[in-house]
Amino acid sequence: MEKTVKKSSLTISENGLEKKSSTQRLEVLKTYKIYIGGQFPRTESGRFYQPENAAGKKLGNICLSSRKDFRDAALVARGAFGGWSSRAAFNRGQILYRMAEMLEGRKIQFIDELIQQGATKAKAEKEVMQSIDRLIYYAGWCDKFQQIYSAVNPVASSHFNFSVPEPMGVVAIIAPQSDSLLGLVSVIAPVIAGGNTCVVLASETKPLCAITFAEVLNSSDLPGGVVNILTGKPKELNEWFVNHMDVNATVYCENDSTVKTMMREKSAQNLKRVFFYESVKWDSEAGQSPYYIMDTQEIKTTWHPVENIAGAGGGY
Amino acid sequence: MAIAKTKVTVPDFSLSPRIDQVGVEERASRFTKRSIKKETKLNGLKLVLNMIDLTTLEGKDTDGKVRQLCYKAMHPHDSIPGIPTVAAVCVYPSMVKVAKKALEGSGIKVASVATAFPSGQAPKDIKIRDTKFAVNEGADEVDMVISRGKFHAGEYNFVFDEISAIKEACGNARLKVILETGELGTFDKVRRASDIAMYAGADFIKTSTGKIQPAATMPVTLVMLEAIRDFYYKTGKMIGMKPAGGISKSKLALHYLVMVKEVLGEDWLNNEWFRFGASSLANDVLMQIAKEKTGLYQSANYFSID
Repeated sequence: MEKTVKKSSLTISENGLEKKSSTQRLEVLKTYKIYIGGQFPRTESGRFYQPENAAGKKLGNICLSSRKDFRDAALVARGAFGGWSSRAAFNRGQILYRMAEMLEGRKIQFIDELIQQGATKAKAEKEVMQSIDRLIYYAGWCDKFQQIYSAVNPVASSHFNFSVPEPMGVVAIIAPQSDSLLGLVSVIAPVIAGGNTCVVLASETKPLCAITFAEVLNSSDLPGGVVNILTGKPKELNEWFVNHMDVNATVYCENDSTVKTMMREKSAQNLKRVFFYESVKWDSEAGQSPYYIMDTQEIKTTWHPVENIAGAGGGY
Repeated sequence: MAIAKTKVTVPDFSLSPRIDQVGVEERASRFTKRSIKKETKLNGLKLVLNMIDLTTLEGKDTDGKVRQLCYKAMHPHDSIPGIPTVAAVCVYPSMVKVAKKALEGSGIKVASVATAFPSGQAPKDIKIRDTKFAVNEGADEVDMVISRGKFHAGEYNFVFDEISAIKEACGNARLKVILETGELGTFDKVRRASDIAMYAGADFIKTSTGKIQPAATMPVTLVMLEAIRDFYYKTGKMIGMKPAGGISKSKLALHYLVMVKEVLGEDWLNNEWFRFGASSLANDVLMQIAKEKTGLYQSANYFSID
């Protein structure tokens, strides 16, 4: 009995009004706006779509972003890069930790949205907890990975020679379609932990958490423009994510071989790095690793002239 | 009698038309609604580039910096064929000689600021010597500033006489008169200063030095364009317009072109009569041209520093 009532409350009739009795409240369908430069504008194109869950319930009004939204986002991401990359690594860690705190505070909303998008309660809870933990994980790595992946190199001449990782710049990310929150967090966190800025295209079918996550970002000390989140169809935007000359790396999380080939080809135009995370299980241990941070780092080697170290009996 | 015919009656500047601020702002915002795409956009962008006075006016300017800017003026972006040069290079008087030599034979003009730029707070004879120095060094154009203090004190005759004295010192060089609209305060005063400058012999009127905010805006430029139009109707003499400062995006520059065309007409749509005083605009225009040609959004990394 109760089950049928529940089901009917999810059904929407042709004229958009719920079929239930006249006393039932008409639900407000939220318009989820995109996140660019710390602001929540509507898409420049004015288009939107209404994804539905398995039960056929409309999830919300979601912006169908255009290439111009991507252009705007890439521009502010570039603008934010200087400040973000030159922040103390420790401070970046603090901000990632703050993001986790804010996410913790709003976990009920995320669980609710994941359930709306079709997850079971248990699965939704697990995904949110894992997302929070993942942010903490990368918050910790912010000022540590450099020490592990840096090196003082042995050279034959009178030079102090060392190599350190440096952020690449603007990273364009096409987030996983399935793990709409955990996948999103898992691809954003390592990129910004390393000092990059990014433009992310959220899951097309499950976009609710992505924009709510943007609301979390917006209230967690993260400077505007470091993370920009768009919603829309990967089919429309894939090409622009690799075509832009001012994007330094692209991350792609699906397994479409035509798209991957296209990405490899187009990214050669400005030698941007391309990473395919197609078979990563984001809810497993393999979903987190400092190597994800290192993917969007370049190694800079410095030759610093010094006195003859070897003559002084030094080791390097 | 023959002399009397060519004489222009100098009006009472305190009677210059009052400006409807709301109306002007409304009208100016209309120009931003025109859609310019594809081939038209490309032509517009090239025209913008060709109207730029590439400018460096800093205390830290060196001969090397000026030579580099001159090279950029002549070769904005050689990897795309068919790109025009800019109109002029704008420097301080002490750099005119360097710029003149660097631009030899290119047809690009050398513009020099003068008259104690940017404040204009110097005695008249020093301003005249400043101007003559720039012209003797080879400046084709002189950008002078008006005495805003005197203007605000209502000494319009002083401002008028100063402009005509500088015009005389310019000889064959064209004179651009900078009103520094950011310091004038109201559109009424911008209109009045425009009238004074034009009747005193300006070849161009220019909004700003670029050192004061706000610099050029579309409404203020519209007020000045309308002053130019009224002056043309009254005297038959064309005056040029140069908005300067704050125009760094191609889209905005295209809006300005629309405004010039709709207020003054096609005769003004060339670098003889319209200029942009800018430095970073050039690279943005080049990036937009490259975008139109290649279809790819561009990165500043692939364009020369200016």
